[in-house]
This record gives sequence, C-alpha cells and structure tokens, in this order.
Amino acid sequence: MTAIQTINLTKRYKTTLAVNNLNLSIEEGELFALLGVNGAGKTTTIKMLCCLSEPTSGDAIVLGDSITKNPFAVKQKTNVSPQETAIARILSVRENLEMIAGIYGIDRETAKEKTQTMIDAFKLNEVAEKKASTLSGGMQRRLSIAMALITDPKILFLDEPTLGLDVLARRELWTSIRKLKGKITIILTTHYMEEAEALSDRIGIMFQGELKAIGTAAELMERAHAKTFEDAFVAFATEPEASK
Amino acid sequence: MKKMMAFAKRNIKELVRDPLNLAFSIGFPTALLLLFAAIQANIPVPLYEMISLSPGIAVFGLSFITLFSATLISKDRSTSFLMRLFASPLSSTDFILGYTFPLLPMAIVQSAICFGVAVALGMSWTLNIFLTMLVLIPTAILFVGVGLLAGSLLNDKQVGGICGALLTNFSAWLSGAWFDLDLVGGAFKTVAYSLPFAHAVDAARAALSGNYHEIMSHLWVVIAYALVIMTLAILAFRKKMSSKNN
Repeated sequence: MTAIQTINLTKRYKTTLAVNNLNLSIEEGELFALLGVNGAGKTTTIKMLCCLSEPTSGDAIVLGDSITKNPFAVKQKTNVSPQETAIARILSVRENLEMIAGIYGIDRETAKEKTQTMIDAFKLNEVAEKKASTLSGGMQRRLSIAMALITDPKILFLDEPTLGLDVLARRELWTSIRKLKGKITIILTTHYMEEAEALSDRIGIMFQGELKAIGTAAELMERAHAKTFEDAFVAFATEPEASK
Repeated sequence: MKKMMAFAKRNIKELVRDPLNLAFSIGFPTALLLLFAAIQANIPVPLYEMISLSPGIAVFGLSFITLFSATLISKDRSTSFLMRLFASPLSSTDFILGYTFPLLPMAIVQSAICFGVAVALGMSWTLNIFLTMLVLIPTAILFVGVGLLAGSLLNDKQVGGICGALLTNFSAWLSGAWFDLDLVGGAFKTVAYSLPFAHAVDAARAALSGNYHEIMSHLWVVIAYALVIMTLAILAFRKKMSSKNN
C-alpha cells in the first residue's frame, strides 16, 4: 500500500524554485532516503510532507489524506525529527517524552508507559531524569527521535538525523533506525552516502528542486556506471542531463 | 484542551525553573518595596506610603511578565523545537492559550506576594487587596500580549533589549509609580496618560484605597490596550505559524 504519493508537488519562495513538480511514491514500511546537495530541496520536501510548509502548487496524499486539504489528519499520523535537535532543553528526558505524548492527546497513564518503553528502547535509562541540555549530542539526537516515535507515527520523517555526530554515536543511531525498518515508513534525508546506502530500501536523488534519480543503491550505481555509490550520487547530483 | 494543557505544563516548567524569572518577578519588586519602606521611614513622602506605592510596584513587577513570555517564545522560535510543535496536531489556539495560561497565575501570585510584603511592611489588610488583584488582571493580560507579540516578531536578543530594557523603563517612568506625574506635567504627562501604564497604576490605587468610582475611568484604557495588543499578538503568531510563510 502506498504511504506517500506526491502529485506535481511544487514550492516556490519568491524567485527561488525550491521543489519543482515532484512526483514520488513511497510504500508503507519502506525506508526511503532523499539525497541531494545543500539547497537541492530535500528539507523543503520534508516540510511540505509533514504540513509545516504549504505547497505553492500540487499536492501529496499521505496515508489517504491530502496535505493541503486535511493537514490536521496528516499531522496526527506522522511525526518528525528535525534537522537540529528539537528538544525542550530545560526539561528532563522523561518530561520531554511525556510532554510530546500529551501534545498528541495520549492520556497520562499510557504516556508514562510509552515513555518508559522509549527510554528502554533508546538506552536513555541512565539519563532519564537529567535535563536534556546536559546530554551529549548523540544522546540528544536519540531523545529527539524517541520524541518523534512516542506518538506511534505511521510515517516518520528524519531530517539529517546523524548530522554532527561522531562515528560511534552515528552507528548507535543507525542501529536504532534499523530496528524500525519494516514497522513504520521512514523518510530520511542525509548528506552521508554510506548512511543512505546502509539504511535505505530505496534512494531518491534531488538536484535543483527536481528528483533526478530513484532506485536502490545498486540500481543507481548501475545506471550511473559508477563503482561506488558516492560516484553515482555525484553523477546524478551534478549532471542535469543524467537520466532517471 | 488536553493537548493545550500538556503544552502549558511544559511552559510552566520553563518559566519557574529559570532562577532569573523568579528573581525578577518576586525578588525585584520585594526589594523595591523594602527600599522605599526604608526611605519612607527616614523621609516620609505620601507617594511612598505602601497604599500608594504597592500598586505601582505591582504594575512594574508585571512588566517582567512580558520579558518572560517574549523570551520563551522567541527562544522556541530560534530552535527546531517550535518546528517540532508546529508539525504536531496543536492548533494556533492551543499555542496561544498554552503560552498565555501559565503566565496569568504567575502574575496573580506575583501581585499577591507584592501586596503580602506591603502588608508585612505596615499596609492595612483589607478586602480591597483582592479587588486590586482583580483590577490588575487586564494589566497582566496586556503584558502577556506584549510578550506574545514581541516573541512572535523579534529574536531573543531583540526581546532582551526591547522588553527587558525599554518596556520595563517605560512602565516605570511613565506609570507614575515613582513620582507624581503632575510634578512633571506638560507633554510628559500627556504621553504618560496616552499609554496604559499610568492608568493601570491609577486603577489599582483607586481599588486599593476604596475609591471604587474611579476604577473604571482608568481601567477601560488598560482593557482597550490589552484587547488591541492581544489581537495583534494572535495575528502575528498565526502569521508566523502559517505554513504559507514557511
């Protein structure tokens, strides 16, 4: 079943065309990576899909609901872990999780149970009562993703989840993301080629607001006649004439 | 309502866990009352009698509510945290109430402490104190509204300058809390009475001293300002929240 279907999705900021006629279909349970250089339109696409930004034209159907006609229904089924770590710094880890559960309408008892489940799943037990601001970058990022997952979203948007993390923290986060594969639909944006290759079922490469290529890492390498995935990415993300 | 309360609860924690907030909202007005009580003990001045002084200090203390609310909102705006909240099913009404709701009880507690200290320093205990706290609610709403407006439009550094320095000074100098505005008179007095601060102090003084018939002539100005500012704040916040602008 299709989780996301974009139909000529377009976003224009004054003179800049950030996303141009994006037509993309993502299946339920898929982990889909959106790649592209800075300004390619990845984050704008994510913002439109999670109803933070209204498209200039076009639409997207997210689990049966239009992002333009019924954004409230879309918001109830999705969650996002933004590019920068989005946590309430003065609250403890536990309070952050309980707050997000409450904001999505989960009752207090269930919120407490779900909070503990998230704390266990993301190995945050030792810091559960500590202020979020005192955590390491890696732990803050894990908390940020746990906050996105506590609402049981059917679709999770991860906008550059490992940006700025050291290798160990990144690998730990990959393990957490891998555990989610197949259970929910994940849309991931990243600048790290190996991350996209290691985690994704399919990859879409954006260039100047347009989707230039889509497929598995192996398919994209074959299409670009590249030995490595990074070479394939460079081919698609820099050559406008490269075919899909 | 439940979603809004979850958000409001977070905002309460943000406000009360900041020691600067507590110092400014409770410590500063209390220190001022003690200082003026000491001055009054040496050189008695009618304006510095607690019944005259405490309403002015209470209004001045409420001006810090603007700083707290504006700082909270502008800081949220400057991080991805607000992006996360905007992606949630919270409505714009939930946001505005969630930011406003924690500040009103805080304002009431602040006024109660101010008058409590005034009583401890010799002011007579009367039921008019409760009436005065009621009369100060539109002033609290006004300051919350200014905070919502400033927090929606300015960044946290600008908020510090405009709400922390400019507004608190405006509400101090142009309210008649520290000196009789008739002593300066002229344009200064005209400007002071074209703004809500002097009216807020006069309404509170009228309530505290039992001159009930004088309350509304000043309070309506405060209510009008509060309504206009709150409306502007809601419009500004909704505009920031609108997905068309992102």
